[in-house]
Amino acid sequence: MSEHPTDHAATAIRAEKNWATIAVLIIAFLAGMAAFAGIHQATMPQARVETADPTTLHLSGEFVESNLGSALEPDGSVTVRAIGQQYSFTPQCILIPTDTTINIRATSADVIHGLLIQGTTVNTMLVPGYISVQSARFRKPGEYLMPCQEYCSFGHEGMWGKVKVIDKSEFMAMASKQERLSCVK
Amino acid sequence: MLNSRRLILAHFWLAFAVFGVALVLGAWQMFIRSPLHTWISDPEWYYRSLTAHGTVMGYVFPTLIAMGFGYAISESSLKQPLIGRRWAWAGFGLILVGAVTAMVPVSLGRASVLYTFYPPLIGSAFYYIGVVLVVVGSWIWVALMSINLRIWKGNNPDTPVPLAMFANVAGAYLWAWTAVGAALELLFQILPVALGLKSTIDAGLARVFFSWTLHAIVYFWLMPTYIAYYTIVPRAIGGKLYSDTMGRIAFVLFLVVAMPIGIHHAFADPQVGAGFKFIHSAFTAMVALPTLLTVFTICASVEIAGRLRGGRGPLGWIAALPWNNPIMLATAFSFVLLGFGGAGGLINMSYQLDTTIHNTQWITGHFHLIFGGAIVIMYFAIAYDLWPHLTGRTFDSFRLMRLQLWLWFVGMIITTFPWHYVGILGMPRRMAYFDYTDPALASEAMSVTMSALGGFILLISGALFILILIRGQRSPAMEAEEYRFSMAVHPPASVPVALNSYGLWLALMIGLTVTNYGFPIAQLALRQGTSVPAVYIGAQ
Repeated sequence: MSEHPTDHAATAIRAEKNWATIAVLIIAFLAGMAAFAGIHQATMPQARVETADPTTLHLSGEFVESNLGSALEPDGSVTVRAIGQQYSFTPQCILIPTDTTINIRATSADVIHGLLIQGTTVNTMLVPGYISVQSARFRKPGEYLMPCQEYCSFGHEGMWGKVKVIDKSEFMAMASKQERLSCVK
Repeated sequence: MLNSRRLILAHFWLAFAVFGVALVLGAWQMFIRSPLHTWISDPEWYYRSLTAHGTVMGYVFPTLIAMGFGYAISESSLKQPLIGRRWAWAGFGLILVGAVTAMVPVSLGRASVLYTFYPPLIGSAFYYIGVVLVVVGSWIWVALMSINLRIWKGNNPDTPVPLAMFANVAGAYLWAWTAVGAALELLFQILPVALGLKSTIDAGLARVFFSWTLHAIVYFWLMPTYIAYYTIVPRAIGGKLYSDTMGRIAFVLFLVVAMPIGIHHAFADPQVGAGFKFIHSAFTAMVALPTLLTVFTICASVEIAGRLRGGRGPLGWIAALPWNNPIMLATAFSFVLLGFGGAGGLINMSYQLDTTIHNTQWITGHFHLIFGGAIVIMYFAIAYDLWPHLTGRTFDSFRLMRLQLWLWFVGMIITTFPWHYVGILGMPRRMAYFDYTDPALASEAMSVTMSALGGFILLISGALFILILIRGQRSPAMEAEEYRFSMAVHPPASVPVALNSYGLWLALMIGLTVTNYGFPIAQLALRQGTSVPAVYIGAQ
């Protein structure tokens, strides 16, 4: 034996420390990436918690039936208000213009639901008692499916809504005639 | 020294029996919602089955494995007969009674709320009481593990706690604390409503309580697997553990950082503010650290085995490994699945990436890959390794074992990879039926069919596994040698107090939970007017 046993131990510890350093760097890099993406507004969680009483949604407040759907705001953005309930969305078909900032405000009238627009980053829980807020922007006209993504009892599999994205000018023409828009036929 | 063989065998047998039943349900569910089957006329059956599958696989099966394995570790690593064996049987009895109490209303369709509970959906009170009994039974195990270690330490003041026991007790403490979140939700929120004492419930607060349990429970499931990596695998393949100290560090890190990260399950929730979502996202990144350390230590330990067997060169040691040994095979499979599952986990932990896959089939695919794949495959390995010592009989169906492990590995990949893919396409989870004739869903049909076929492969593998265990119980008796754990290359003569006890780490675990959960919980609990009417569920 030319080498002393403690040399083996020292070598082993050095390799281990090097790897531990690499592991810490990997993790710091990942957390840094997440923070960078967050600060640069990739997609941000809603800033504050808002509440809505599901037992009076239909009586007063922003989620009364006549106020649901897409509304053009003075600043040019569009606010979409929607409700999830066993087992449908209201409105069941959401109308959205292209190239416009969309602010979705939604809540649940009964149990926990989810609102997911396939092929996009729009994906939020609908928790009764609370208002979910998410913003989005659609570049091209098209149609999307909008399933409920959380189990909401025995009819969950039938809870699918639709989203129809239309050309901005077409949407604006409609918005000048009607305050709340949807594509429910 | 394995004195409590009957106790340990009872835990393993009950665990694998309920696992077998839940596996059948799982395969049926994959089939029923795939294009291979037409519209299920009563979707309620699907949700009934899903509730049973999740409850058994999430709460009953891994808890029994952790307990049975924990008793085996306590006796064989401390070389001390289990203290409190009667209590251990009482804990086992509570789990049995709890599982039956929970499953009766589920099978009657009275509690199809899924294992995540999510109020305001409320099922039969017996379902929740059953789950509570399972948890209480497991807390007896936590106490016994702590007591056994304390008594051993009193008798052996100068000897370092063996790594297997050190990790086992860390897992027990982690479980005790992580179960508190769901326990608070069940006892103070759900049960009063299920028993008719109250009619409203704060669904947002309940989700935060549940997230407290929901993430760290995965690390509780993972503990037996990691203990096997460190303390069974190197010995079983004829090698040595590269580093005892790094094992200790990994386990205490799990204790500290597995807990205060659960709100990443609530990234898409409206009741949690952006600040705590960010904090939990960053902490979630940290939980990758103990796994990265483990990957290094175990790969290095396996390399030692390969070189001891004559392997040379940078990669030659891989070919020299004992690939005929089921433990070697299981470890390799587990690592591959852990790699893919971990990569998916890094995606889930980022708020921005999570929005594309939150609550889609990606998530179901992800946790089946991690739990069903990386974790359960090592549960098989643990059973294979312990079986002859528990039964006192020969156990040499190695060819069948390898076949079983291969089937599970391939089945798990065929099941979960397409599952991830349809999740990216936006396919929602937990649905009894999909209309594949819809042009927007037609592209998912092929992937879902593949997943269902993978489910059947898993079913065959599970059946084979149980057959192998039964054969092991019937083979000729033999004198098993003493059950041993891996030796480290440099066995510790002494270890720092911090890596031989838990005080510091438990303080950090509880402290970080309070800082990361205290404020969101207090804020939700104090906010008025967010309790909503319960919606009772039950088959007509």
